Amino acid sequence: MTDSLVLRGGTIIDARGSRRADVLVGNDGTIEAVGEDLSSRRTLDAEGCIVSPGFVDLHTHLRQPGNEDAETIETASRAGALGGYTALVAMPDTTPAMDCASVVRDVLSMGRAALTDIIAAASITVGRKGAELSPMAELAELGVRIFTDDGSGVQDDMVMKRALEYSLGLAPFTGGGSVVLAQHCDVLALSQGGFMHEGEGSSRLGIPGQPAVAEELMVMRDLALARVTGARLHLQHLSTARSIELVRAAKAEGIAVTAEATTHHFTLTDSCCDSFDTVYKVNPPLRPISDVEAVRAGLGDGTIDAIATDHAPHAKHQKERPFDSAPPGMLGLETALALAVTELDLPIETVIGLMSWRPAQIAGSDLHGRPVEAGQPANLCVFDPQEQWTIDASALASKSRNCPYEGRSVRGKVRHTILHGEAVVVDSEATR
Amino acid sequence: MSARHLLCVADLGREGIEEVLTLAASFDEVSSRRIPRVPVLRGKTVAWLFYEDSTRTRLSFEAAAKRLSADTMNFSVSNSSANKGESLRDTCETLAAMGIDAIVVRHRSAGVPWQITNWVAASVINAGDGWHEHPTQALLDCFTIRKHLGDFEGRHIAIVGDIKHSRVARSNIAAFSALGAEVTLVAPPTLLPPSVEGWPVKVSHDLDAVLPTVDAVYLLRMQLERQSDGLIPSLREYSSCYGLTAQRLTAVPDEALIMHPGPMNRGVEISAEAADDSRAVITNQVSNGVSVRMAVLFLLLASGSELEDTTADSLAKSL
Repeated sequence: MTDSLVLRGGTIIDARGSRRADVLVGNDGTIEAVGEDLSSRRTLDAEGCIVSPGFVDLHTHLRQPGNEDAETIETASRAGALGGYTALVAMPDTTPAMDCASVVRDVLSMGRAALTDIIAAASITVGRKGAELSPMAELAELGVRIFTDDGSGVQDDMVMKRALEYSLGLAPFTGGGSVVLAQHCDVLALSQGGFMHEGEGSSRLGIPGQPAVAEELMVMRDLALARVTGARLHLQHLSTARSIELVRAAKAEGIAVTAEATTHHFTLTDSCCDSFDTVYKVNPPLRPISDVEAVRAGLGDGTIDAIATDHAPHAKHQKERPFDSAPPGMLGLETALALAVTELDLPIETVIGLMSWRPAQIAGSDLHGRPVEAGQPANLCVFDPQEQWTIDASALASKSRNCPYEGRSVRGKVRHTILHGEAVVVDSEATR
Repeated sequence: MSARHLLCVADLGREGIEEVLTLAASFDEVSSRRIPRVPVLRGKTVAWLFYEDSTRTRLSFEAAAKRLSADTMNFSVSNSSANKGESLRDTCETLAAMGIDAIVVRHRSAGVPWQITNWVAASVINAGDGWHEHPTQALLDCFTIRKHLGDFEGRHIAIVGDIKHSRVARSNIAAFSALGAEVTLVAPPTLLPPSVEGWPVKVSHDLDAVLPTVDAVYLLRMQLERQSDGLIPSLREYSSCYGLTAQRLTAVPDEALIMHPGPMNRGVEISAEAADDSRAVITNQVSNGVSVRMAVLFLLLASGSELEDTTADSLAKSL
């Protein structure tokens, strides 16, 4: 039980719209009341701020178990809470992989003490090897709603088709809800041995490239498989203009597809790699400006449903390698909101939707992304959309420092984060 | 040359290249002396950090450093801590802690020399990074062409072969075009970079059409594994389409140069007849390499009051 508190003076923005009201958070973890001039023993100032449902990251690498040098569930969730998130979807590429009940149970159990909810994704195939299906029904019973081999896509056409087919029969194990298969679209036969976007930059720098078509070909295949199976498909971190165009057409056709884009794919281009700074090495790679503009357009017109971070911490010494042998990935949880507010020319309601209720729906969560109304779970983010600040990698709560935005001036700062009624972030500081 | 490092040709620009070539010409004279040694880098230490096999480049740098009286240290990767999992950064910081003035680095990965400049105070000389750059090779090639052909302006140079994987090609394209030459790349599409957008080159797949128009034909080493990688059907087909065969020699103008960075695959990219032809300057390239590397080491490392505010020209005269 936590003390009740009031968020005073803010503007509520949720899927129902926008209104000025105070929010009384009860001591049972739910919203007790929404209205004018509410009071409680404890008040958190929300003057000039937006009060929204907490954000949901569809794509977080927690690194625990297996790589606690880079991040732990505790540090990632603290970073997430400071970024306004109340739920993180844990990618299954841990060591061991989240491909069976015992590892998933372990992650969920560690997640109970975290500063955000931890939603477990599990792998589609055993060991993320792309061959045998993981025990999807057993995992669904534990609460898994997203299956992905993220880090690589399922290469084998037949394995992917069977996984999609199998996913259609899991309702008895989910209590009626559906599950979604999320794909990291990347045909390895075309991209393996590549370390940045293949094009003008890679040619000039002599770095082997990952061609855009490696992503697009798997997008095409998976859309075709989703069409024939009728199963739900989610496409992760789309990065090329043609991928987004394919999804746009598929949605118009009525295929059950959703898509996410990462913060870095709408803020950074492949020219960042000119410095050979490995902080810019990421998978899918940073693309040219024409692709970046297509990602922004896709976020604006609803083709892309969610902003994800693909938060991928790496210990400093891991990144201090030659560009081709450094691991791909960058931090994102603490900077995503500010970059979306600063860089996307979209209404704030749209940005919040991309970060909150739409990813919550994809993740199958009924605890997050809910309307800010009495009786709903008190998972909330309070942020000042106008506050200017400068990103300082050394000040991040993540255990790692591979933030590509060092020194960037941004607008939009999380002030408070409420998780099941507990103020886990107050005045931009984590409370535990 | 005001820079502290030599990482890529673009850092030098036309003026920088000219400066190196002018100074290299005077170091040629030093090399021809009975005792080919001048004391200009006495007390300086140069370390070789070669993560990739190299015989000619390392020996060439070694000769250059010794003729300038620098001390040298060889960090041989095969019997070093790098093989025990030491990180690149730790290796470089260890080297730096021994008190060195320059690191000459070769690495299989593009960009490593740039990364090293972030970690150590010493001058860094790129002796080849992956497919990216090999600036001293380009400088010695320019030096060779200048000696034989004089001015670059309006000259036509064909670079033939595996451009995609070639640091020699990337550096030479930058250097030749900076000096005013026109460059044509001749290669099968699978051995060209995915994009040559913005490159100052023409591209051809027709060696026979290009050869009669060249002032120099520069053949790149064909790595034997390109066949197994599926980039070419066979070495035999490559040789017949893109090799400088004995028959094609007749199409090379009399005064044109035949060049190759070595080591050659005789019978693949270059026939024995072409390699031994009077127009071939392949061994000249090697000897010119020493003078050019002397010039580079000198320009990066020479210091002291007597050398300050002195142009390369007058330095050369004072040697």
